[in-house]
Amino acid sequence: MCLAIPALIKSIEGKEAEVEIGGIGRRASLWLTPEAKVGDYVLLHTGYAINIVDQEEAEETLRLLEEMAKLAEEEESEIH
Amino acid sequence: MKFIDEYRRSELAQGVVHRIHRNSTKSARLMEFCGGHTVTILKHGIRQLLPPTIEMLSGPGCPVCVTDNADLDKAIALAQIPGVILTTFGDMLKVPGSRSSLQKVKADGADVRIVYSTMDALQIARGNPDKRVVFLGIGFETTAPTIAASVLQAEQEGISNYYALSLHKLCPPVIKALLDSGEVRLDGLICPGHVSAIIGSRPWEFIARDYGLPCVVSGFEPLDVLQCVDMLVAQIENGRSEVEIAYRRGVRPEGNRQALEIMEQVFETCPAQWRGMGLVAHSGLRFKAEFERFDAEIAFEINPGPVVEPKGCICGDILRGVNTPQDCQLFAKVCTPESPVGPCMVSSEGSCAAYYLYGAAGE
Amino acid sequence: MSDKILLAHGSGGKLAHELVEKSFLQAFSNPLLAKLDDSATFDFSGRLAFTTDSYVVNPIFFPGGDIGKLAVCGTVNDLAMAGAVPLYLSLSFIIEEGLPQQDLMQIVSSVKEAAEEAEVQVITGDTKVVDRGTADKLFINTAGVGMVPEGVDISGSKAEPGDKVILSGTIGDHGIAVLSQREGLSFSTKLQSDCAPLNKLVADIIKVSPQIHCLRDPTRGGLATTLNELATQSKAGIKIEEEKIPVREEVYAACEMLGFDPLHVANEGKLVAIVAPEDADAVLGRMQQNIYGRDAAIIGEVRQEHPGRVVMRTKLGASRIVDMLVGDLLPRIC
Repeated sequence: MCLAIPALIKSIEGKEAEVEIGGIGRRASLWLTPEAKVGDYVLLHTGYAINIVDQEEAEETLRLLEEMAKLAEEEESEIH
Repeated sequence: MKFIDEYRRSELAQGVVHRIHRNSTKSARLMEFCGGHTVTILKHGIRQLLPPTIEMLSGPGCPVCVTDNADLDKAIALAQIPGVILTTFGDMLKVPGSRSSLQKVKADGADVRIVYSTMDALQIARGNPDKRVVFLGIGFETTAPTIAASVLQAEQEGISNYYALSLHKLCPPVIKALLDSGEVRLDGLICPGHVSAIIGSRPWEFIARDYGLPCVVSGFEPLDVLQCVDMLVAQIENGRSEVEIAYRRGVRPEGNRQALEIMEQVFETCPAQWRGMGLVAHSGLRFKAEFERFDAEIAFEINPGPVVEPKGCICGDILRGVNTPQDCQLFAKVCTPESPVGPCMVSSEGSCAAYYLYGAAGE
Repeated sequence: MSDKILLAHGSGGKLAHELVEKSFLQAFSNPLLAKLDDSATFDFSGRLAFTTDSYVVNPIFFPGGDIGKLAVCGTVNDLAMAGAVPLYLSLSFIIEEGLPQQDLMQIVSSVKEAAEEAEVQVITGDTKVVDRGTADKLFINTAGVGMVPEGVDISGSKAEPGDKVILSGTIGDHGIAVLSQREGLSFSTKLQSDCAPLNKLVADIIKVSPQIHCLRDPTRGGLATTLNELATQSKAGIKIEEEKIPVREEVYAACEMLGFDPLHVANEGKLVAIVAPEDADAVLGRMQQNIYGRDAAIIGEVRQEHPGRVVMRTKLGASRIVDMLVGDLLPRIC
């Protein structure tokens, strides 16, 4: 539920921002994330930025997943 | 797309799946509360990737599905008032009420308009000063703050023809009611990621503490759900019951303070009627007295007529996880996406629609 | 001439004649139309393909085209999907009173351009003007005739297990381009409708292979609906690979934002070809040489299992059923 997608803030005007997702642009409201800055990625839900994406955590999660994948490969090759 | 594509990489999925298969020995009944998770699971065929020890159950986290007929009838009645433009998210258009649906009254001449955002509804209000624009406010804690913000913005700008019908609901109280009913045996809970982006992970702590149930907050990409299942399995295998966040890029334990403040400024909790669950205390939101003039229930005289529940429809039981769509006599025979009887078949994330479209029959 | 279309323009009198002569005749100048008889007559021998369609798109102007271009391309493509060479079109306008003349002229100009590209002639037509509020700006109805070459027998029921499924390019462009303009949902994009006449593409691939079993253009309802129709008609199963389906990033993004499945979004310049496996690569190669088949790809195959159903192998390696679109595509928040 709650379709929200990561969108990049390109410019800010007062409480609204121009955001971009995969080449399409929309006006977004920053009423719920007034601290967001140009260059931040925000989670866009029904036109509102509901949170700022934590890019460090995003990378950490990927790193964890990559480690799991490597481990899985090693274990698979041990079996075969 | 950044922060989406990376979490769909199949080679990474294999890594998590391998881990889950290796670690899962105990039987694990996991409920994905949120309809969005149901969609991800079915769309990407995640059930097929999991070991037989894991059973996935869908919960009542679909704001469309849990909207009661009486509430929907109010929205339909509002749409039929002359001079009213009813703005709504697309999800609600086809849901059948007691006698009609928004789509049907639209065909009969009611001014019903689909919008993506309350921002669009405000724009319609600005552009039609002689009309009264009512926004149909559905959704959980992810969406309620956006309606609250739109009301504050209307107040700030002096927009006097904008109203909202608040049918918003809160998740933690209904999960509690579900667990208290004792109808469903669960071993773990997949917590809604975007609701948690607003409320944080702390509101789920009572579930781990008082019910001994492992809880993990999950994102919506297939890798997110797989990672969440992996973390739940780890807790189950080790006999732990804690609240963890898998969706760390989107959720902080304290949530979004600004959004919570805005919600608290405009709304107060009230009892709410959940389809299939009846009245649940403190699970709904209504406008505070100082925002009464935006409340469509107060500003308009609504005469929805008597409530009629569809015969044979077991949406309520399905929402509580007590039955599956296949248990329903009407499923796929009388009740189909083209002619839905109940909301579970209309909402794209309703269990019935999801089963029908993506195939519970599987391959 | 007045700057808005009036009821009188449709009533067959002087204004109507003015409209036909000054605008339509000039745009579509060809000897058959110029006769201005009640019917156009022409000689014919061989197998005839005949189709009809109505166009009611809203808005009538959208990025990459308009209702006029759509009307020509849609009709031409219907004929092309039977393997036919399109020859003649009829064109009927139902105009809402008050439509700016300028808009009508613009659309007529688009019809002319599209017809020229497709090498078809508009040989007969009709104009009606209706009261304000009884038609949404402009509706267009067409009929088209074409000639099916000797030996060509293409039908939705001819798919056989083993056949390859070829898609001529990216999906979802038209639907999303049109949606981007709609009030309440609008977003900015460089995306254009893919509206295009595919008859030459079809002619090209027919030359390369006599074993093209099915051709269909995935319009309303998207690729999913078309594949389901073919599976049902041919009483066979179809399996496709998500990885292989070309989708533009903007279409993907818009679908993610609004909650759509690209497989259900309309296309107006794409086709699906079901081809015997030994000819698939040759057909693909020829397609890719045509401007409207640049991004063509083999996306799946026909099989005996699950007749009438379409199954997709997801990027993650699991399988799911792909169903046709039910009702309208509605944006969702959940």
